[in-house]
Amino acid sequence: MKKQSNLYIFMYSSVMVIIVAALLSLASTALRPFQEKNIETEKRLDILRSVGRATEVSSASNKHEYVGNEFNQVVVEQLVVNRKGNRVEGVDPFTVDLKVEFAKPEAEQNLPVYVAKLNDGSTKYILPLLGRGLWGPIWGYISLDDDFNTVYGASFAHKSETPGLGAEIANVDFQQQFKGKQIFRDSKFVSISVVKGGAGSSDPHSVDAVSGGTITSQGLEDMIKDCLMGYQEFFKKSKN
Amino acid sequence: MSVKIESEPLFSAKNLKLITDPINKNNPITVLVLGICSALAVTVKLEPSVVMAISVIAVVTLANVITSLLRNTIPSRIRIIVQLVIIASLVILVDEILKAFAYDVSKQLSVFVGLIITNCIIMGRLEAFALGNKPWPSALDGLGNGIGYGVILVIVGFFRELLGSGTLWDYRVIPESFYISNGGFYENNGLFILPPMALIIVGIIIWIQRSRTRELIENE
Repeated sequence: MKKQSNLYIFMYSSVMVIIVAALLSLASTALRPFQEKNIETEKRLDILRSVGRATEVSSASNKHEYVGNEFNQVVVEQLVVNRKGNRVEGVDPFTVDLKVEFAKPEAEQNLPVYVAKLNDGSTKYILPLLGRGLWGPIWGYISLDDDFNTVYGASFAHKSETPGLGAEIANVDFQQQFKGKQIFRDSKFVSISVVKGGAGSSDPHSVDAVSGGTITSQGLEDMIKDCLMGYQEFFKKSKN
Repeated sequence: MSVKIESEPLFSAKNLKLITDPINKNNPITVLVLGICSALAVTVKLEPSVVMAISVIAVVTLANVITSLLRNTIPSRIRIIVQLVIIASLVILVDEILKAFAYDVSKQLSVFVGLIITNCIIMGRLEAFALGNKPWPSALDGLGNGIGYGVILVIVGFFRELLGSGTLWDYRVIPESFYISNGGFYENNGLFILPPMALIIVGIIIWIQRSRTRELIENE
């Protein structure tokens, strides 16, 4: 067959596409269980980090086992609530996908809450966050003291923010700023604002933005506000 | 009749030149001015620069070898598409493997996967070299160009992280106490974390390289 003939070109490209497609789908199917395990462990790790646990993960010989054990030890209860603050039964909190929930009408949304018990006996409430950064989704977990006002810790992650700029939200130094901040001012929900140019350390409602990451910082601020808003009734009911 | 087979040692002077040339005299970034886009985007910190350098070295070498093996079968009218398919599938494969077995690295890489595919150095090497050469020289050529690209990336990343964030590989190099906010005298140069500074650093590298390698200077 002549190499320049149309038939050859058609045959060549069809065979190439079939081989490549087969190869890639094979790789994808074979590797999926490993990838899913990684994603699950990462989620547990993010949850633990929001209460300052799982700090030795980098030195753990088996990451999955270490994180799994730590998670079972710290997180004593997982529950799902709706926007009215009532419990929803029959839904596994760990598999709730916030992206799906936020697309539903407000009344039908399922919001997960993770209850953690720390070594000093205190109880923390960990709430998942999901929002939009500059290039893609950003997400995280924020943990509150049992007054449902003071932030105990936070951890953030992102899909594709710019390294060194927006991606700095995943940096521990940035996340540490949230400790001790308050989401209510005079029992009115104000959330935490991310301020460009430096927030005063005395201001309990704002933190420093990431330099060079204005849109990511803004997205983070909106994320915290929008996500915590849905829990207001839960906070009220749980306090009493 | 005996057929005389001309064999060449694997690391003959000619073959070695394939590696060393792109590192200096034919550097893809500073001389050929290819791959600038990714050099600006990923060099804010040292770590992503190194990860990107390693990924590009791996992809360009493998793509060069595969293209070279197929070079006599590829119809010339669709050769660009064939090259793209080879590069894209390699990158996706690398990404899937990293996601399964080196999840942390894969998180670092996430943004750059697309950038590897669009990196014009890889296409350029396939088109200019691998289509007309045997697999072994093609592998060396890919390796050389990948290293030439990586070296510049790491140099730029080093200076940008050091001067822009005061850290290297996320370890603090300039002590906290030096900073104005802690009562010191020093402040990070914010310009270094913005992309234009990468261009300026690349410019300085080109200047130094040209003043040392005279034959790069064009005659008027």
